[in-house]
Amino acid sequence: MSAGLPVTSASDAARDRSFGPLYSRNARAVISRGLLATKSTNWLVMLSGFFEPVLFLISMGVGLGAIVGSVQGPGGGEISYAAYIAPALLAVSAMNGAVYDSTWNVFFKMNFAKLYQGMLYTSLGPLDVALGEIFLALLRGLLYAMGFTAVMGVMGLITTPWALLMIPASVLIAFGFASIGMGITSFLKTFQQMDWINFIMLPMFLFSATFYPLSVYPQAIQWLIQAMPLWHGVELLRQISVGTFTTATPIHIGYYLVMTAVGMLLTTVRLRQLFLK
Amino acid sequence: MHNKATVSSGAAAGAVQPAEEPHTEPRRIVITAENLTKTYGDVTAVDGITFSVPAGESFGLLGPNGAGKSTTMKMIGGVTRRTSGDLHIMGLDPDSHGPEVRAHLGVVPQQDNLDEELRVRDNLLVYGRYFGLPMSYLKPKADELLEFAQLTDKAKSKVDALSGGMKRRLTIARSLINEPRILLLDEPTTGLDPQARHILWDRLFRLKEQGVTLILTTHYMDEAEQLCDRLIVVDKGRIMAEGSPAQLIREHSTREVVELRFGSERNTTIAAELDGIGERLEVLPDRVLIYAHDGEAALEQVASRGLRPLTSLVRRSSLEDVFLRLTGRSLVE
Repeated sequence: MSAGLPVTSASDAARDRSFGPLYSRNARAVISRGLLATKSTNWLVMLSGFFEPVLFLISMGVGLGAIVGSVQGPGGGEISYAAYIAPALLAVSAMNGAVYDSTWNVFFKMNFAKLYQGMLYTSLGPLDVALGEIFLALLRGLLYAMGFTAVMGVMGLITTPWALLMIPASVLIAFGFASIGMGITSFLKTFQQMDWINFIMLPMFLFSATFYPLSVYPQAIQWLIQAMPLWHGVELLRQISVGTFTTATPIHIGYYLVMTAVGMLLTTVRLRQLFLK
Repeated sequence: MHNKATVSSGAAAGAVQPAEEPHTEPRRIVITAENLTKTYGDVTAVDGITFSVPAGESFGLLGPNGAGKSTTMKMIGGVTRRTSGDLHIMGLDPDSHGPEVRAHLGVVPQQDNLDEELRVRDNLLVYGRYFGLPMSYLKPKADELLEFAQLTDKAKSKVDALSGGMKRRLTIARSLINEPRILLLDEPTTGLDPQARHILWDRLFRLKEQGVTLILTTHYMDEAEQLCDRLIVVDKGRIMAEGSPAQLIREHSTREVVELRFGSERNTTIAAELDGIGERLEVLPDRVLIYAHDGEAALEQVASRGLRPLTSLVRRSSLEDVFLRLTGRSLVE
């Protein structure tokens, strides 16, 4: 029978499904591909993404913190400077991980590796690909958040069990950034355009009340920062870290829910335009 | 008769085959395209083409670059939506049933798009997962396909360590993971050296023997002659002719061709002196072609007129000549 090709009924199983042209409920195939690829090639990059916020926490929190002393936390109580910036750095790392995965990674796979092209010649639809890639970004965000929270614990920066909720909250933050990031990436064609992403990310990292309270800015600048996504993430995690919640808490969460929904819609529409022309 | 290979390949496999049509009935049509059209803005890439392909046939689209071959392939694969016309693959419309249609298809794109982050065998396994196929099926299948692609000893290699020919064979092996009934091959041997091409042709020929329907685009006439039972000659999005390679040559060319080279300066001027020899004369920038039933006789006539070409060659007509006749242009420019 040599290779005995067109025989068994295995592909009949694949054939019998009848879903729309966009989705075949098989995002898990995209996910397992991502895990396998990470295992063999990408794990060093992943590790560096984990250490970045840890290094910031040590240098700024411990180093700068020695000069600053204690500051006022969200609930009004005094907390150490390291405990003040740690949740903010966690929000930043959730953002960075999600954005890296959904922009640079996706950009490369889309334009150079032609990975999605190959996937879309199978039973997979664009929505399977988008969901799978975003899930991978979130999984990575989850691992970073767990690792970072553990480091906070070791450094004695966790004072309440509420702080464990920072982990799912980080995943929500990552979801928002990953879904929007992938949608935006679908519009970009060159590496120069990709650099714009960094151009937005760096100031957002530095000025979103990450290292000092928002109140140092004039009112107009405060509004601008409050419109940006990272500030909501920083504030949300900072509140959770000390277990103090206000009326602003649901607004921060709502911001990310809307961001996620808009991002998913944009990504699906764009993938359809790009790949099912 | 192509069914024999499949029926003989095991009792379990035979058990799922009873629906297969008896040999006496005409073969089932697996692809129908009617007035298929694709426009990009003002550009019409595919201009109302109509064809159908029965199961098990090896069907070719022959034409120069930009003729609309790849666009047609993409519409069949359901990754490009048609502008107008009708298209059915195994009875399904690829625009509305993309994933379902692609479950029947194996696709070998013009450029390899193997997963460079995965190793050779993992490429096959992961691709099978995209079709939702279980690992228990995929593992033996991957080994079988590596054997078929003569890549068994490369199973654990990285993809970028493979040669061009090996990558192509892996791409073809990958396209077979879901046991497609139809295999789409877009320029399968472009960029390969002659030896790699022949290995690939041999593999494709085996698939054909096993009853897989092959749809392939090419601008190589020898490839079309080797592999295609039937083909359409496409130019500027339109079908210029349709038939088997032998049929096309018989209808649109003579049996033999004499190729004469007089040097690029003199080809045009000397053409007038060749008038009347053979059935038809074609003057190209680098050579003059005389279409004749008997090439040697035509060559003797040339000599008897006192003309001394720098080189001369008598050969059989090929699809290249058919294309030249139909469009006034060469296939490979």
